Amino acid sequence: MTEAASFSACPACSAAPAADALAKGQARALRETHITLSVPAVHCAACISTVEHALAAAPGVAAARVNLTLKRASVETDGAVSAEDLVQVLARAGYEAHELDAGTLAATQTDRAGRDLLMRLAVAGFASMNVMLLSVSVWSGAEDATRDMFHWISAAITLPTIAFSGQPFFRNAWTALKAGRLNMDVPISLAIALALVTSLWETMLSGEHAYFDAALTLTFFLLAGRYLDHRTRAVARSAAEELAALEVPRAQRMLADGTSETVEVAALRPGDLIRVRPGGRMPVDGEITEGRSELDRSLLTGETVPVFAAPGQGVSAGEVNLTGPLTVRATAVGRDTSLHRMAELVAIAESGRSRYTSLADRAAKLYAPGVHILSALAFVGWWLYSGDLRTALNIAAAVLIITCPCALGLAVPAVTTAASGRLFKRGMLIKHETALERLAEVDTVVFDKTGTLTAGTPAPLDLDRYDRPTLELVLALAEGSSHPLSLALSKAIRAMGLAPARITDLTERPGYGTEARMGDRIVRLGRASWLGAAESDTTATYLDAGQGAPVAFRFTDALRPGAAEAVAALQAAGKEVILISGDSTAAVEALATRLGIGKWMAGALPGDKAARVSALQEKGAHVLMVGDGLNDTAALTTAHVSISPASALDAARVASDIVLLGGDLSPIPEALVTAQKATARIRENFRIATLYNVIAVPLAVVGLATPLVAAIAMSTSSITVSLNALRLR
Amino acid sequence: MNILVWLIPISLLLGGVGLLGFLYTLRSNQYEDPEGDARRILSDEWDDHPKP
Repeated sequence: MTEAASFSACPACSAAPAADALAKGQARALRETHITLSVPAVHCAACISTVEHALAAAPGVAAARVNLTLKRASVETDGAVSAEDLVQVLARAGYEAHELDAGTLAATQTDRAGRDLLMRLAVAGFASMNVMLLSVSVWSGAEDATRDMFHWISAAITLPTIAFSGQPFFRNAWTALKAGRLNMDVPISLAIALALVTSLWETMLSGEHAYFDAALTLTFFLLAGRYLDHRTRAVARSAAEELAALEVPRAQRMLADGTSETVEVAALRPGDLIRVRPGGRMPVDGEITEGRSELDRSLLTGETVPVFAAPGQGVSAGEVNLTGPLTVRATAVGRDTSLHRMAELVAIAESGRSRYTSLADRAAKLYAPGVHILSALAFVGWWLYSGDLRTALNIAAAVLIITCPCALGLAVPAVTTAASGRLFKRGMLIKHETALERLAEVDTVVFDKTGTLTAGTPAPLDLDRYDRPTLELVLALAEGSSHPLSLALSKAIRAMGLAPARITDLTERPGYGTEARMGDRIVRLGRASWLGAAESDTTATYLDAGQGAPVAFRFTDALRPGAAEAVAALQAAGKEVILISGDSTAAVEALATRLGIGKWMAGALPGDKAARVSALQEKGAHVLMVGDGLNDTAALTTAHVSISPASALDAARVASDIVLLGGDLSPIPEALVTAQKATARIRENFRIATLYNVIAVPLAVVGLATPLVAAIAMSTSSITVSLNALRLR
Repeated sequence: MNILVWLIPISLLLGGVGLLGFLYTLRSNQYEDPEGDARRILSDEWDDHPKP
């Protein structure tokens, strides 16, 4: 796939072209000796040693190590051995393996951000334990010089720790303030800063109360929330990247002497001659110079019927070559291909997710000003009442610390971690942070047909209508080709227990069909126009038995597993289900009737799909779009929330919020239920956190909150919120 | 109370050793493959002598 390298799973990566370029440069250097393979079947200790031994025994391999968590094997080679050789080695050892593109993976080889957060978390944890030890001694009665010493030691531990561990909050708060906004990090930073200042001041004056432990525990709990949040998304991101990396961008370029070389797609130039094998995807836009075949354009247009391809015909990047080898002269490469231009339009289209404000942000918008006003009022009130700046400042700090959104900071990540983990086990990858919240609001579900509700593999219809000799002849002819229709026919007829008829001189005529001799007759299986038959409006292939008129074999698109169940469950849950496809009316109507979908639309252009989705949303519907092709990407972006199967084009997967890893659609209704539960749980957590504040704030305002009360309130609310989130499992 | 002169530095030191240990494991990529490491212990390779 051409776009594998130019699309990245996270917006931040595409916003940093310099880093991207750097990663690619490294990737190129890595590629010489370092090969990463995806080995989905490893699952036990024995698998690890089998795979490692098989790889290490292969010539040219210096070292091999399996990562069971990621189900990958990384291999160090001397540069002479290629990934295909290693895939063969593993196939002989009994393991299916796929090469992963190093360029796409290099960006996340080490999760720097996660490690950074973990480091700060560890330091905060260490410091808060020590300071808590000292604080407990103070609360249990240390006095005078001892108390002062304990406070000073606490200060000596706390100040450098906060300076290091608190950085993520300070940085976020500063960015928000510079942009003139308020987010959750502003009250957090202010509370931490104020707690430190008053505590230092109190310590200098040998005061009784210092909040060093509170500042540290707060930092620790909030960092824990941040880390959970980060890890959930890092898991999804690395799985999404692995999907992208499975499509290694390579092409076969023809040389002047007639041989070909394997080059990276990025190295192709207009005018190059490129060889595309059957089953391969077009890497460029171009014109066919040699060969005949059929092209599958379903990912681009949604049409299921393959298109005939002959010299002189134009092809676009992303189409799949089905039967014969083709040579293509490139006319546009990389960013100039029509595939890429279409994908770029999607990036510009207004996205459903950008209009959505997350629950946490909504809470922060209410919460941050409220807390600041309350704290300021307490300060002014106490200053006027007592005339003592120190008391007033102490009270204001206590209010800020007690109300500090410790529980609020954990409320969302704890729940999303639990829910995403649950959905991940069912084969769903939540890519976007607010995807679950948006999924919970869905009331209308729009499905694409080809490749989404259907598996994209044809299944022959009514085979029992034909007599036995006909079927045996068809089986014999079909086995001479790897065309999807032939494969489907031979699989279905074999399953009926029949054996192929005796034929001779079986040849495949790429683009047309297969031809053979049966006794003195020429028998052919292939396109209608080749055999002179009347074209039917559904997918079909024709048999010319050498006598009588050609016989048509009609196909239907096989349903994706779980499609019928998913549609039924969604309708039972009261969601409106709509089918929009680029395919012909007959095919779409047949599928809609089969699945019991009342509303459908056929022959839709990519623009129509997006327009229909936005029309629905203007009427107030919250649309979930499920699609896989390039013609769906605009609709996927426009919709409130979107899902694409793992078999989708890279561009479609990037555009959607959730990726379905398995081939099964049945987790979708379940995901809607989980999302609703998760959102309910998040709201519940907000209520719990608010309840704690309602109890603790009056105490703080009247000046009864001691550091001990603050510590108890903070820990209990955080723990309650986390436990509540775990109930989701 | 003189005992505090010893106890406080000792408690800080012990905590610090734990922290340094954690940072060492973090820096040497020991959390990259938790599942694989849990399984590798069952493999009988390197049972007789440590991996060179």
